[in-house]
Amino acid sequence: MSKLRNYLDRIKPNFEEGGKLHAFRSVYEGMETFLFTPTTTSAKSGAVHIHDSIDAKRTMIIVVCALLPCFLFGMYNTGYQHWLAAGASEFPFWELMLYGFLTILPRVAVAYIVGLGIEFTFAQIKHEEIQEGFLVTGILVPMICPAEVPLWMLAVAVAFAVIFAKEVFGGTGYNVLNVALVTRAFLFFAYPAQMSGDKVYVATGAPFGYGDALADGFSCATPLGQIATQSGPSIEFTGVGGHVISAWDAFIGLIPGSFGETSTLCILIGAIILLAAGIASWRIIVSVIAGGLFMGWIANVFASPLYPASYVPACDQLLLGGFAFAAVFMATDPVTAARTTTGKYIYGFLIGAVAIIIRTYNTGYPEGAMLAVLLMNCFAPLIDYCVVQANMRRRVNRLKAKTSQQ
Amino acid sequence: MKIRLKKGLRLNIAGSIPANASVEPVHSKAFAVYPDDFPGFVPKVDVKEGDAVMCGSSLMHDKNHPDVNLVSPVSGSVKAVVRGERRKVIRIELEANGDGQSVNVPVAVSDSKSAKQLLASTGMLAMMRRRPYDIIPSPDDEVRDIFVTAFDEAPLAPEYSVYTSLFSAEDYQAGIDLLSKTTSGSVYVSHKSGFAFTGLKNAVMVEFDGPFPASNVGVQIANIKPVNKGEVVWTLDFVTVGRIGHMVKTGTCDFSTVVAVTGPELDKPGLVRTTCGAAIAPIVEPRLKATSRRLRIISGNVLTGVAEDADGYLRFPYRQITVIDEGDDVEEFMGWASFSPSKMSENSSFPGHFLSKSFRPDARINGGRRAMIVSGQYDRYMPMDILPEYLLKAIISNNIDDMEKLGIYEVAPEDFAAAEYADTSKLPLQQIVREGLDSLRKELE
Repeated sequence: MSKLRNYLDRIKPNFEEGGKLHAFRSVYEGMETFLFTPTTTSAKSGAVHIHDSIDAKRTMIIVVCALLPCFLFGMYNTGYQHWLAAGASEFPFWELMLYGFLTILPRVAVAYIVGLGIEFTFAQIKHEEIQEGFLVTGILVPMICPAEVPLWMLAVAVAFAVIFAKEVFGGTGYNVLNVALVTRAFLFFAYPAQMSGDKVYVATGAPFGYGDALADGFSCATPLGQIATQSGPSIEFTGVGGHVISAWDAFIGLIPGSFGETSTLCILIGAIILLAAGIASWRIIVSVIAGGLFMGWIANVFASPLYPASYVPACDQLLLGGFAFAAVFMATDPVTAARTTTGKYIYGFLIGAVAIIIRTYNTGYPEGAMLAVLLMNCFAPLIDYCVVQANMRRRVNRLKAKTSQQ
Repeated sequence: MKIRLKKGLRLNIAGSIPANASVEPVHSKAFAVYPDDFPGFVPKVDVKEGDAVMCGSSLMHDKNHPDVNLVSPVSGSVKAVVRGERRKVIRIELEANGDGQSVNVPVAVSDSKSAKQLLASTGMLAMMRRRPYDIIPSPDDEVRDIFVTAFDEAPLAPEYSVYTSLFSAEDYQAGIDLLSKTTSGSVYVSHKSGFAFTGLKNAVMVEFDGPFPASNVGVQIANIKPVNKGEVVWTLDFVTVGRIGHMVKTGTCDFSTVVAVTGPELDKPGLVRTTCGAAIAPIVEPRLKATSRRLRIISGNVLTGVAEDADGYLRFPYRQITVIDEGDDVEEFMGWASFSPSKMSENSSFPGHFLSKSFRPDARINGGRRAMIVSGQYDRYMPMDILPEYLLKAIISNNIDDMEKLGIYEVAPEDFAAAEYADTSKLPLQQIVREGLDSLRKELE
C-alpha cells in the first residue's frame, strides 16, 4: 500500500494550485480520500478530539450494498423474461445472468459517467470535496427504469436531474427532491413511449450481440399496466406467454417490470441490511407500508368497476409495481425525507396512502409510487415545519405559564 | 426527585482509572491561568512580571465587571504575562514558592449582594457559568436558580467521589449555604445513586441515571426546570461548591485539585493531587508509554477538553487529562470499508460496535466534512426537549428569532459534544453553538 501512497504523494503537486493538472483537483482528491482515510485531525479546542468511524462514504456504500440483491435479481429476471418471450422452455442460469448483465451494464456506465462527471465538475468549480451522494443515485437510476431504456435518454435525464434537482440547490444534502426519482420522472414525462405501455418491460434486444433479438413489437404489460383492461371483482394478471401471475410470483419477482424493483423478496433483504446497519429509518419504512395497507383496504372496501385497481387486495398492492422498492430505498433518502421523528411517521404514511390513491383512482398512471414519493418530498419541509412549530410553541407556552403565575 | 435518561453516549476507551487507585501528590513549580478558559471574561491584567502573588490574589479583572477577578491558585511570583496577536492575553505564568500563603478573605456575608461580591473577588464566580450564553456569571445577575452537577459521565472520568474527597461535608454545606443566599430560587444538586452527601440542607437533591451528557448541567436543567427567555441561572460543579465553602469557613483560598490522568497512550493511568493550573509535564511524563508516536495531550476529556502541548498547563475545569494518539501519520487503506474490530463506532455496521472491549481512538476525524445528510442522528444524544438540527441551522443562518424559539438559551456547546462525536458529516457542532451564543450576546447586549 505504501507504494500506492508514495505514488499519490508524488503526483499530488500536479493537481495543486499552479500544477498542470489543476483542473482535475477534485478528481484527484476524490480518488485520494477514497483510497486512504484522510489524516485530518480534530481541532485543538472547542471541539471533540475523537470522532466516530462512520463517514459519508461508508453510509453511501452500505446503501449500494443493500441494493445489490435487487440488482442481481434484476439481471436474472431480465434474462428470464427475455427467454420466456422467446418461447424457451429451459432457463440456463448463467446465460440469463449474462444477458441481464450485458443489458444493464451500459445503462449503469452511462448513469455513473454522466452523473459523476457533473459532480466532479461542480466540486472543482466550488472548490469543495466530491460528495458521495451520486454513488447511490447512479445505481438506483438504471434499477427503476425499463432494462432497455435508450442510453441517450438516460444521459439527458441524469444530467437534468443532477444539475436541476441537486447542484442548483447546493449539492448532496441540500436537494429537495430525490435525484433518482427526478431522473425517472423526467424520462416518464419526456419520453413516455419508451417508459410506459406494454412494449418496454421485456428486454428484446441482443446486447453486444449476445442472445437473439426478438421480433419488434413484442408486448407484455406489467401487472399494474394490465389493470385498466380488467373489470373486477376478480383481478387476474398474466405474465409473458400468458401464464397467470400469483402473489408468490410477484413476491419472488419473476414478473415484467423495471429492472431492479420487481422482487419484493430481494427488497426485503435490502431493507434488513439497511436497518441492521442503522442507515435507513424504520419509522419511514413501517409507516409507508401502514399507509399503503390502510389506503389499499379503504379502496378495497369501496371497490367499484369504475376503478378496477380497487379490487386488488391491499396486501397484493404492496407486492406489485415499485411500491416496496419506494418504501425501502426511495422514501428513506434522509435528505429529501422529513427529518423530525414525528414528521417521519406522517411523511411515510402519506407516501403509502398517496401511492395507492394514484394507482387506484387515476387510471392514467398505472403506478403511483414514484409520484407519491416526489409529492411528499415537496411536503416534507412543511411537515417538519409543523413539528418544529410545535416545539417552539411548547417553549412559548412555558414562558406564558410562568408570567401568568406571577 | 429521580430522573432517568436513556439518550446519550457510552464510550469504552482504554486507559481508565483502576478501581481503588490511590491519589499521588505531584509537586509542581510552574502554573498558569488562561483567560480563554473563562468565556465572557475580557481580561485586564493586574500584575506584571516579577510581582509577588499569594494564593487567591487577583491576576486579572474583567473589563466589563471590574469586581470579577481571576486569581492566582498558588503563592509565589509572576513569571510572565504571555500575549499573542494584538496583545491578547494568552496566559499568565506563575512560579510557586511552596509556602502556600493565602490572602485573607473577608467572609462576613450579610446579603445576596455581598455574597456575590465575595464570589467575584475571590475568583470563584469565574469557576461558575451562567445560562443563557454559557459565560461566566456577573455579580449583577438576578439568579433564578443555581444548578450544581455532582457527577461526571464523560469518557474515562473516574468515580466522582475521588474529587469530592478534597473537601469535607461541612465545607460543602457552607458552600451551599453561601450560594443559596445569591438566588431567590433553589440550589439544585444533581448526583448519581450512592452519593455521599445527600443530607445537605438548603439544597434540592436530584438523582440522575444515564450516560453522557446526563452529567452536563444543561441537560439536568432541561429535565428539572428549563431556562426561559429572560431568566438567568448559575451553574457549577460540586467540587467548586466545596472550594467556596472551605473559603467561607477558613477565610483562606485552597485551589488544590485531584486530576484523573487517563487515556490509551498511558502506561499507568492514575489519580494525582495537585493545584489548579499546574504544568502538565510533571504529571503526565512519568506515566507515558515509551513511544515515538506523536501524542495528543488533552487537558480535560476527549469530548470537551483542550489539546495542550507537553509543556502546557492544566486547564479549567482542572480535573482530567487524557492522552491519545494524534494519528495524523496513519496510512489507512480504504478505512471506510474496514470491518476491523478495532474501529470504535456507534454504527452497527462496524463489528466493534458489538464488542465489549476498550478502544484506542486517535484524533483523526475519520472522514470528510459534509452537509447534514443523516437525519435524527443528533437527537439520539440530546436528552432534552431541543431539536438540535433545527437549532444548529438557525445558528448557521444567524436567524435570531428562530434561535430563541428553538431554545438557544438552554444550551451550551458541551451539550452537543456527544452528537459531534457521532456525526457522520463531521460538522463542528460545539464551535457552531459557541459562535451562535457569542453572536447572539453581542446582538442583544
